[in-house]
Amino acid sequence: MDPVDIARWQFGITTVYHFLFVPLTIGLSALVAILETAWIRTGKTAYLRATKFWGKLFLINFAMGIVTGIVQEFQFGMNWSDYSRFVGDVFGAPLAIEGLLAFFVESTFLGLWIFGWDRLPKLLHVMCMWLVSIGTVLSAFFILAANSWMQNPVGYRIDEETGRAVLTDFWAVLTNPVHLAAFPHTITAAFVTGGMFMAGVSAWHLARRKNVEVFRPSLKLALGVTLVASIGVAISGDLLGKTMTERQPMKMAAAEAIYETERPAGLSLFAVGTPDGGEEIFGIKVPAVLSFLSTGSWDGEVRGINDLQAEAEAAYGPGDYRPFVPVTYWNFRLMVGVGLLTALISAAGLVLLRRRGLPASPWIYRVGVLSLTLPFIANSAGWIFTEMGRQPWSVYGVLKTSASVSPGVSAGSMLISVVALTALYGVLMVIEAGLMIRYAKAGPPSEDEVLPPDSADDDDSERSLAFAY
Amino acid sequence: MELTTVWFIIIAFLWTSYFFLEGFDFGVGMLLPVLGRDDVERRVVINTIGPVWDGNEVWFIVAGAAMFAAFPEWYATLFSGFYLPLLAILLALIIRGVAFEYRGKSDDPRWRARWDKAIFWGSLVPAFLWGVAFANIVRGVPLDADHEFVGTLTDLLNPYALLGGLTTMILFVLHGAVFLALKTSGDIRVQARRVAGIAAVAAVAAGGSFLLITQLQHGKPVTWLTAGGAAAALLFAAAANGRGREGWAFIGTGTAIVLAVATLFTALFPDVMPSTLGAANSLTTENAASTHYTLTIMTWVAVVFTPIVMIYQGWTYWVFRKRIGTSHIPVREPVK
Repeated sequence: MDPVDIARWQFGITTVYHFLFVPLTIGLSALVAILETAWIRTGKTAYLRATKFWGKLFLINFAMGIVTGIVQEFQFGMNWSDYSRFVGDVFGAPLAIEGLLAFFVESTFLGLWIFGWDRLPKLLHVMCMWLVSIGTVLSAFFILAANSWMQNPVGYRIDEETGRAVLTDFWAVLTNPVHLAAFPHTITAAFVTGGMFMAGVSAWHLARRKNVEVFRPSLKLALGVTLVASIGVAISGDLLGKTMTERQPMKMAAAEAIYETERPAGLSLFAVGTPDGGEEIFGIKVPAVLSFLSTGSWDGEVRGINDLQAEAEAAYGPGDYRPFVPVTYWNFRLMVGVGLLTALISAAGLVLLRRRGLPASPWIYRVGVLSLTLPFIANSAGWIFTEMGRQPWSVYGVLKTSASVSPGVSAGSMLISVVALTALYGVLMVIEAGLMIRYAKAGPPSEDEVLPPDSADDDDSERSLAFAY
Repeated sequence: MELTTVWFIIIAFLWTSYFFLEGFDFGVGMLLPVLGRDDVERRVVINTIGPVWDGNEVWFIVAGAAMFAAFPEWYATLFSGFYLPLLAILLALIIRGVAFEYRGKSDDPRWRARWDKAIFWGSLVPAFLWGVAFANIVRGVPLDADHEFVGTLTDLLNPYALLGGLTTMILFVLHGAVFLALKTSGDIRVQARRVAGIAAVAAVAAGGSFLLITQLQHGKPVTWLTAGGAAAALLFAAAANGRGREGWAFIGTGTAIVLAVATLFTALFPDVMPSTLGAANSLTTENAASTHYTLTIMTWVAVVFTPIVMIYQGWTYWVFRKRIGTSHIPVREPVK
């Protein structure tokens, strides 16, 4: 097997897997912080019980996000050493800043939050979760700055002596137009993920009319956040699509499986192509809509894959510059379709919750529980689309993926790595899912359980810990 | 001072902090089967590092990312060259991290026993392999003209590197034992002190010979001071532990780790990865470094934010300063 393929499989598997946990971490940390704030402001025990319940699920998820994140930080050096050498001057900085500004904040203040229930005053305690939440957003900001630079390299030059990328304008890297769209797109999608997770689990309990005082407010909050965030996903996604059309026209042509340049261009709803993605056999299109979506004009020109391939050959020399179209085309549709469905479901849920009480039909709750999976599908499809759509480049127009891999690492070593990681990740997924389901079904602690310990034994040194592993 | 030198010092500082902090929680993990004879005792042991182990581990992430930013060639050569040992470290850290969080989620003794194994091996493997890795960095590895590692796994498992691994492993066991004596009460505290006494002898033997060989083969005049200081700190820690002065003992083992890591980095400078195939192939602070512009930005970020991190992490240790004993472990109702 070609080391490039093995390294790409590892990157794909570990990154998609890691990103199952990341958006839930980002979304849930804010939601837990909101609930704890609500408890402190109103004094209602239901909010405290909700905080403890969602906090527990948050932690089961967070542990996986952290440990799978370590691999992300180091596989650049392990499998992609030529990439690391080439981009280190530009790409390393946001990664290091992410660690220093975000990871320290997240890990330290989460430790304080978990173990600090009886050690910190309420306000300081909730502040810890807010800091965790801010940390997750900062982390996303810097890692997306790094990824956006791969999508659309800016603020750099190629050093004549070494032939490597050299940073010339860090501000340009942070304000990369792709980043300014991808960052809000990812963050809002993370809030949708957290929201739908909370909504789905709440629906399960509400269907059984259990702990309604905890789950009805949770559900309302979750659906509200999901709906607002979904609108944010759509707006930022539209902006990202237009920016990509300008910066990476090949990716967007591959997203639409447009082979010949069209003006105006129709939006493809369904298409079947040849197995290698080389051309379209059959499809259904809505006239002119694609032109509007990608250029803002009903009559805009959308360039096709074949023309872009010819342009790329003229610019970069002979070669195949087309991404694998079936993957980009279907993942793009999956992302957009599932995203829209999520928005509709959250809106419908809010309408159903307008009045007091709860809707009767069990189907409503079944849909709610199943919808929990939707954002994870959309998130994964989105990343697979944008990363596969950038191929054959690792840094668009500058460095090819095939030239990025570690030259000194044997295919055998890489195979050991991808097999070991995949096997371990598989086992951990079973364990994590099992725990998540068990703790989600168990429901929140009772009112008695969350009340502070009786003041009879006030001797602090003998009191047992509020929380212990 | 050259910015490249500044960044060499910052990288050394990050790794030193990492080994000082995660050193004791690796030690705690390795001592779990020794000092935790039943489940409650094991929970006491684990909970001494419960709130802090994750923050400690971030020093490694940041040290690695800082190498990527400041010395991309060092990062690329090191992590692709030491591929399989690093993979083993990553796998160990994954199961270890999950183990802390998931161990208490079920009452099933088999479930807990499995995670206890994960904590033990997940602590031991990196504690050993970090020593192997850093000994090899100082010793030099075969690098070709493109700074690519051209050796094999067996090149990395040479006697000097294995002694380095043994040194970090034992040093961390000692550091962890002293930390446990400082953070627990009751019988565990007594037992931790006893274990620390034994580990101190082993640490002086392994660490002393490793530092002496390092000094004789790779040392500079000034590293006599740091290596000697590390040895003296170890003896001081052993003496303090023997007298039950737990705070002083911890300062002693911490100082020993700091000075031992300082010895390695000082011996290394100005190389970052010397090549055994000729000095021309070696990576140095000059030829491995990022540009002046990148280093300038990174310097500002590091100078402003590292002290802030140290302040709030220090505060965490203050918040959780109390000793833990078996009476503090809450009996939780397990989830059905």
